[in-house]
Parts: sequence; C-alpha cells; structure tokens
Amino acid sequence: MAAGAATPAADRERGGRIRSALLTFLLVLPAGAWYLVLLIAPLAIITIFSFGVRAKNGGYAPAFVLDNYAAILGDLQKAAPFTASLSMAIGGTIGSLLIGLPLAYFIATRAGRRKGLFILLLVIPFWTSFLIRTYSWLIVLGPGSLGGFIGDLVGDDNFRILGTPVAVLIGLVYGYLPLMVFPLYVTLERMDRTLVEASKDLGAGRWATFRQVTLPIALPGLITGSILVFIPMMGEYVIPQILGYGRIYLVGNALVTDFLEARNWPAGSAKAVILIFVMLITVTFYTWFVNRGRKGREVSVL
Amino acid sequence: MTIAAPSPSPEAPLGGRAAHDVEIVDVTKRFGSVVAVDRMNLRIANGAFYSFLGPSGCGKTTTLRMIAGFEQPTSGEIMLAGQPVAGIPPYRRNVNTVFQHYALFPHMDVIQNVGYGLRQRNVGRTEELERAGRALELVRLTGYEHRRTWELSGGQQQRVALARALVNQPTVLLLDEPLGALDLKLRKEMQLELKALQQEVGITFVYVTHDQEEALTMSDVIIVMNEGRILQEGSPTELYERPVDTFVANFIGVSNPIKGKVTAFDAATHRAEIESAGGLRIAGVVTDRAARPAAGTEVTVAVRPERLRVDAAGTPEPEGSGWVSVPGRIEQGTYLGEQTEYRIATDVVGELIVRRQNAAGAAQHVGPGDAVVVRWQEEANLVLVD
Ligand SMILES: Nc1ncnc2c1ncn2[C@@H]1O[C@H](COP(=O)(O)OP(=O)(O)O)[C@@H](O)[C@H]1O
Ligand SMILES: [Mg+2]
Repeated sequence: MAAGAATPAADRERGGRIRSALLTFLLVLPAGAWYLVLLIAPLAIITIFSFGVRAKNGGYAPAFVLDNYAAILGDLQKAAPFTASLSMAIGGTIGSLLIGLPLAYFIATRAGRRKGLFILLLVIPFWTSFLIRTYSWLIVLGPGSLGGFIGDLVGDDNFRILGTPVAVLIGLVYGYLPLMVFPLYVTLERMDRTLVEASKDLGAGRWATFRQVTLPIALPGLITGSILVFIPMMGEYVIPQILGYGRIYLVGNALVTDFLEARNWPAGSAKAVILIFVMLITVTFYTWFVNRGRKGREVSVL
Repeated sequence: MTIAAPSPSPEAPLGGRAAHDVEIVDVTKRFGSVVAVDRMNLRIANGAFYSFLGPSGCGKTTTLRMIAGFEQPTSGEIMLAGQPVAGIPPYRRNVNTVFQHYALFPHMDVIQNVGYGLRQRNVGRTEELERAGRALELVRLTGYEHRRTWELSGGQQQRVALARALVNQPTVLLLDEPLGALDLKLRKEMQLELKALQQEVGITFVYVTHDQEEALTMSDVIIVMNEGRILQEGSPTELYERPVDTFVANFIGVSNPIKGKVTAFDAATHRAEIESAGGLRIAGVVTDRAARPAAGTEVTVAVRPERLRVDAAGTPEPEGSGWVSVPGRIEQGTYLGEQTEYRIATDVVGELIVRRQNAAGAAQHVGPGDAVVVRWQEEANLVLVD
C-alpha cells in the first residue's frame, strides 16, 4: 500500500486508529501514573542512592562509587542477611505450599456447599491488623502454651520456640498462606473434574493422577501463589522482629539498621537493589524450572 | 500387531473368553431417594455394539459409570469377563471410557494423550510411541501427533479421545453420548465411522444415546430404558417391528396410536381382535410375547406412518385381503424431500400421520382439505399392551 494514498477509507481507518490509541492511553493513564510514582520513581532513586556516599550527618550525598556493593559482595558477614532471607523465604514458600495445596484442593473439590464458608474463614483474619495477629502468635508459641507443652514433652525446660527461625517460619507461613491458597483454589476450582476420572479410567491411581493431571493443571496457580508469598517473605521485617525477637537478622532488618539506625542510605539502597536482583533471579529460575518439559501452554509470571 | 480383540483373560473358563464381557445382575443404584437404576439385569455379548437408548435422566450414564467403576451399585452385582468387580477401582478395570466432552488432558499434546494409559502400565517408551501412533492411524489422525488438543476441531478431539481409549485394548469400550457435542453432519459421519471402527477392532462397545436414529444406525443390540428400568432389549429391526409397549414404540418412532379394547385373543397365533374407541374393528399381533391380554383389556394399536397409504375418497380398495380403510380429511401436508407427511383427521381413530413417497408420477395429488381414505394392511398393526 502506498504511504501517501489518502483515500477516504484510509482516512477513516487512520482516524479510528488514533481514537483507539487515545482511548488506550486514557485507560492506562491512572495505573501508569501509579506505577511511575510508586514503583519506577523509588526504584530510580534507590538505584541512584546506591552509588552515592553517606553524608556527614547521615542520609545521602551524591557520588559515583561502587563501595556499597563491594562492601556487601566482598564481605560474607554482610551477605548473611541475604542468605538468611532467601532460606527463610524459600522455607516459608515450601511451607505455604505444603499446607496450602491440600487445603486449596480440599476446598475446591471436597467442600461441596461449604466452599463459601471455608473461603470466608481464610479471609476473616484479614479483618484484624496484621500486627495484632502476629503478636497473638507470641502467646500461642510462648512458654505458657505450645512452647512449654513441647518442652514438657521432650523434657527440656529450656526449650523455646520464640526467638528461633522456626517461630519466624511459622509466622511467615501463617501470614501469607491465603496468598498461596487463593490462586491455587481458583485453578483447581476451574479444572474439569472429568479429567481426573479420565485419568483413573486410563489406569492411573490416585497419586499417579494427582502427579500427572491435577498438579500440572494447577501449575499456573502454584507459580502465582509461590511468587505472591515468596516476594513479601524476602523483604519481611515485622515477623522476624516480633517472633524472632530480632535475633533472626534478615534483609528487612538490615535495611532498617542501615536506613534508620546507621542512617547510611547508600548502603541500604545497595542492599535494596541487590534484594530486587536476588528476587528476580530466583523467580525467573523457578518459573523456568517448573515449566520445563511442558507441552501445553507455558505458564508465565513475568 | 493390530488393535484387535483382547487376548483371552486367564480367569475365563476352559481357556476361552467368558461368554459375556459384562453381566449386570439385579443391580439397583440409589442416590438418596432417587432410584437411578432399578433392578437391572443384562448380559452384554462379546464383540457386539450395544446401545442404551432412553430419555435424559433414565439412568444410562449411571449404568455406564457403574461398569467403569466410578459408582458402586447400591445392590446387585456387576461382572466383567465373568469376574465380579465390586470394590475394584476404575484404574484396575480393563474398561475404558470415551467421555461426552472428550476430557482430553490440556497440558499434553495429542500423542501424549493417546499414550497416557500405556504409560500407566509402563510399557516402555518405544512401544508406547509405536502403539499410540497406530491408534492415531486407526482414527485417521496420523500427522497430528504433536498438535495441542485445543487446536483440534470437535470431531478431531473426539477421535483423539477414541484413540486414547482404544490403545489400551479394553475388554469393553464405554461411550457416553460421544457425538452429542458435534453438529448434525459430522455426527452422521462419525456414526458410520464408529460402527466401522467397532467392526474393525472387534471390541465390545457400550454406547449411550438419547437419539433413536443414532441407536438404530449403529447398534447390534439396543436396550431401551426409562426411569431406571430396561423396557426392551433387541436388534434395531426387532425393536422397530415389535416394540413391546407404547413408550418403546414412541421412542423408536412408531406412531399413530389407536386406543381400543381386546375382544378376543388367540394364544396360538398371539393375535388379538380389538374394537377401537371409535368403533373400528381391527386385529393384530400382540408385540409383547409374554402378554396374554384377556377380553376387555385396554390396548393401543400402533401403525408406522410409512405403512399407511392415502387415497382420494372413492378410490376402490386395492388388491389383496386384510385392508383397513378409514375415511378422513387432510389437515396439513409437509414436504420433506423424499417424502410428504400428511396429518389426517379421522372420525373413527382421531389424527393419523401418513408418510408418502414423492416418487415421480406416483399416486394422485392430494392436498389440505381433501377428503381421503387412509388404508393399511392388517399385518401392519402392532398391538401394544401396557
Ligand atoms: N451423583 C448423583 N447424585 C444424585 N443424583 C444423581 C447422581 N447421578 C445421577 N443422578 C440422578 O440419577 C438419575 C439418572 O441419571 P443419569 O444416569 O445421569 O441419566 P441419563 O444419563 O440417562 O440422562 C437422574 O435422576 C439423576 O438426577
Ligand atoms: Mg447421561
């Protein structure tokens, strides 16, 4: 088609395209502005800060140095919060999966008419403050209840749950479980139940059916759920602070130290940037790993 | 190796296959207060094409699901290849199902779907691919091995489902309204194809449908069901020529019911003489071989539309004996291509439906409003005792 051919039809077509582009722009504008202000801008600021130096009285002074990164990457001591966060987040994700998958499966396939009730039970905790719910675990896991009870069982008076990684892990799984359950529930609920019958009809037992049919079909939900819980767990600060008595030192805690206590913004910014990269790499690898060998539609999250 | 009749099962008596692939003995299935299947007794002979025919909700699917092992009978017993199967789960029964909406695994391509059953039995990769490939060849889908299932048309998905079931060489293949989701033309094609396929592989097919034409086209044996019970079991011809009661007659497409009372019954010839409500005296064979209707019994005489002829009023009776003639008036004529269907109002027996061939230069033209005589030979009368 010649570029300059201004037939009425081409004109109309061009007018339509412009209007549709304008509409798209208007529709995307609010979300776009939101992202710009709350995601892109902070990201840019943090990246810039991470190459700066600490001002005399704390905060940020412009510069271009790699010291902040070198300090973290060169000193295993400083990298420790990252490995701690990573293992906590991975452990927490696995924990949420181990509890969330059977729960979602039960609600989606076995709960019958009580489905709504179970969903409600999952949502109700969100009506109270996250802080209050986390503090209440202090009582549940404390020496007066579960902690003491298990201590009695194993015959160790000094047995404690609070202040240990286990307490933090329990808190993480508890806090983020619904984010794992909901996407899993949605995919399982949508799954055609006759597929399970077809599998059994073709000679696969319960477990074989779960492994070869239910799980692969639930995969998109599983990936979404894992990422939804993994990302906030990586940056979690409140739960390790309360249930870990601050003894479990994660990236979140390190950031608080850098920004609020040492007032070394560039060092904190460098940690934040590294945190983002760790998360990106983990999530990308995870998605690739779970999708490998699939012949059906690829599941993508990024 | 072709996909042929399964080898004799080791349990079968005298080294042969049990005479019946499926036996249903006094089976009842209740869901709460609903009786889905009511004291069913049935033996399904090897290598034949059986169809369950009946209206929606009559218990066809439930019966199939009990054979497959997805439901357990409330009472009674099901035997596969001569062995009782109570408590044996679906995955250990040598039976496969073609589901109504195909139920293809969306996360697998075509060949993976077809090989699924073989993988459960660890036949090995080479054998799996070889057998799955042959099954695809059987349903004429060679070349589609690596297609995604959702890229296929309805008919192709149906064929994949068929191949996926047949590749396991089941003793019995169960098909639950497998053509229900296809359009009419494709359905007709698939009917013939399924029938040919069944004859080729020699596996017993148990087919479920609510479409009488489908059942008549494909089946060796049709089982007509209603409200959980078997009303009649027989070949298509048998059912068409000798429906045991009005329900079967209506369902199979025999119409023109004439209500009347028995005046005499001859047990030797199994014929009854009847006086209709309108005073018409006719005679005919009582279709139900077990029935011995006494005088005064209310019966229905049915005559198939294509056995009736319609003549202009005053036309002399044709040659031969045993003609029944009923005067009437044409209310409506519907052109159906090869045939024209007339609705004719009569004083003696109410409305009659007649189908007449539109052969070139055939009988005189008649149209709505014309006075006519409807005639048929007495041998066409089917006396139905309910
Ligand atoms: N799982 C079930 N729970 C309760 N009632 C059922 C169930 N399955 C079937 N029924 C009832 O059993 C009867 C027969 O159903 P079905 O076998 O599906 O009939 P068909 O396949 O002939 O249409 C129906 O009344 C149906 O409502
Ligand atoms: Mg059904």
